[in-house]
Amino acid sequence: MIKYIIKRFLMMLLTLWIITTLTFILMMSIPGSPFNDVSDKTSNEAVQANLESHFNLDKPMIVQYYYYLESIVTLDFGPSIKKPNDTVNDLLGRGFPISFELGIISIIVAIISGIILGVFAALKHNGIIDYLAMSIAVLGISIPNFVLATFLIQQLAVNLELLPVATWKSPSHMILPTIALATGPMAIIARLTRSSMLEVLTQDYIKMARAKGLAPYKIIIKHALKNALMPVVTILGTLLAGILTGTFVIEKIFAIPGMGQYFVESISQRDYPVIMGTTVFYSAFLIIMLFLVDIAYGVLDPRIKLHKEKGD
Amino acid sequence: MDQQTKKMAQDPTSAEIPSDWLKPINRDQLKQEDVVRPSLSYWQDAWQRLKKNKLAMSGLIFLIILAIMAIFGPYMSPYTVGEQNLPNQNQAPSWSHWFGTDGLGRDVFTRTWYGARISLFVGLMAALIDFFVGVIYGGISGYKGGRTDNILMRIIEILYGLPYLLVVILLLVVLGPSLLTIILALTVTGWVGMARIVRGQVLQLKNYEFVHASQSFGAKTSRIIKRNLLPNTMGPIIVQMTLTVPSAIFAEAFLSFLGLGVSSPYASWGVMANDALTAILSGHWWRLFFPAFFISATMFAFNVLGDGLQDALDPKLRR
Repeated sequence: MIKYIIKRFLMMLLTLWIITTLTFILMMSIPGSPFNDVSDKTSNEAVQANLESHFNLDKPMIVQYYYYLESIVTLDFGPSIKKPNDTVNDLLGRGFPISFELGIISIIVAIISGIILGVFAALKHNGIIDYLAMSIAVLGISIPNFVLATFLIQQLAVNLELLPVATWKSPSHMILPTIALATGPMAIIARLTRSSMLEVLTQDYIKMARAKGLAPYKIIIKHALKNALMPVVTILGTLLAGILTGTFVIEKIFAIPGMGQYFVESISQRDYPVIMGTTVFYSAFLIIMLFLVDIAYGVLDPRIKLHKEKGD
Repeated sequence: MDQQTKKMAQDPTSAEIPSDWLKPINRDQLKQEDVVRPSLSYWQDAWQRLKKNKLAMSGLIFLIILAIMAIFGPYMSPYTVGEQNLPNQNQAPSWSHWFGTDGLGRDVFTRTWYGARISLFVGLMAALIDFFVGVIYGGISGYKGGRTDNILMRIIEILYGLPYLLVVILLLVVLGPSLLTIILALTVTGWVGMARIVRGQVLQLKNYEFVHASQSFGAKTSRIIKRNLLPNTMGPIIVQMTLTVPSAIFAEAFLSFLGLGVSSPYASWGVMANDALTAILSGHWWRLFFPAFFISATMFAFNVLGDGLQDALDPKLRR
């Protein structure tokens, strides 16, 4: 077990190093510098050279790479090029708590509602509830979150004026973005829960539990659900990635001042330090989450022998 | 019992079989005794089962219609994709503009079908490239096994750990948004899922007798992979491909929505939805409705078709 965790941990570090280096190489190979904006009349060559030396853009590639790695290890991503008053850390510090809040609320909503939908669908297999739940699930997978978000704004916020249109202030502001973000993952969880519940429910130990005369809710919660949720744990990492990238568009649509907005903005403005900082931050966050999910899976499922990792 | 039968019962040796017992049997009757059904190949059987799945079939029909409209739709209206007509901006759907016009007076009908071309093209190309790379990589990895497999799988593990859309966004920032770069970016890490599936299947299949038989006849590795292994993994591969298409279409729409999609004057559904974002507040619903509807419906169709194929192509479910 310990051996496996160490191995996975080293693998995680390797992945982190690869994504950071990849980010660096890609950023460096962008043609043009962020300072030769043609529309900006105030900039001349001297100013440009000055700026470039200030941000170390005139140094040789390998030196820049060193500075870059140093900044990552010390978790200091330097100043933003386009927002002179902010450092990348300022942006992260301001944006991340909001994005994190949005993401956490959404994933909790997605997991709870997805499992409930899936369990009821499986219990009433081929019944009306099953069809209803699965139609919701297929629709949830098919409708992109930005479409759902704009639809919700139009219907609930603009037409019916039930909820605020945008921003992130009170709990009522959180409802629409959360629904928009949670529906897709909810659908995936519901489908997965349903199919694994259906499989588990035919197992002998469930029949045994029934024969014992155990109360149905106890059978479902203690015997069936516990085993049926294993596949759900495995895709948690992928779902997190989906929620995370989902926040980019949801934050843009609802004008939520989270990290996603800064990321999208930095892309269009070619703000290198911000792009690097946010990408590395996002990737590290995701990769660490994947690592934790893997470990959790090993701990939760006694059938998996972690030290015997070879083969399938 | 008649006379003859009685006689036979008393003394079997003296039996003389009467001629009316010896009628030639009707050939059709003989066939009725056979306990066979018409033999169906794997694909015929899968097709029959798919046909019974109404949801999957309606998905397939929708996609066929969509493909036809993507080809001919833009020619059905007198307008072109990028043709601007400022006095006519934000017109509601009417006889002259079936789906209305957008903020620059461009015809939404024409742009919707043009968007269908882009979405379908991106989806199909991504699926095809994933197919080729994934099948070759997974096939080699699974068939060779041992050290090769180990190394190839480590590479896949690392690629799998990379956040997919972030890598795509980074690549697009560097390469500049265009149709080709979107496809390239989507497939750089997209083939990993396919490779994993193919490897798993090949790993299982390569120990079957028919593969050993082929090997003992001296068949080359490439022949064994092509003739023995791949045809037997086609089911899962096709399912994976039908599910790759909607995720590629979604990714394209998502990227376009972030401003990393195809550029004006061309249209993709994501670009149109992005343009229409502000319009929705001023009540120009059609500008968002049509691209949004077609993205969702196309993803829906591919998803139900994929689900249907999964059931139809699963040999375990074969009756």
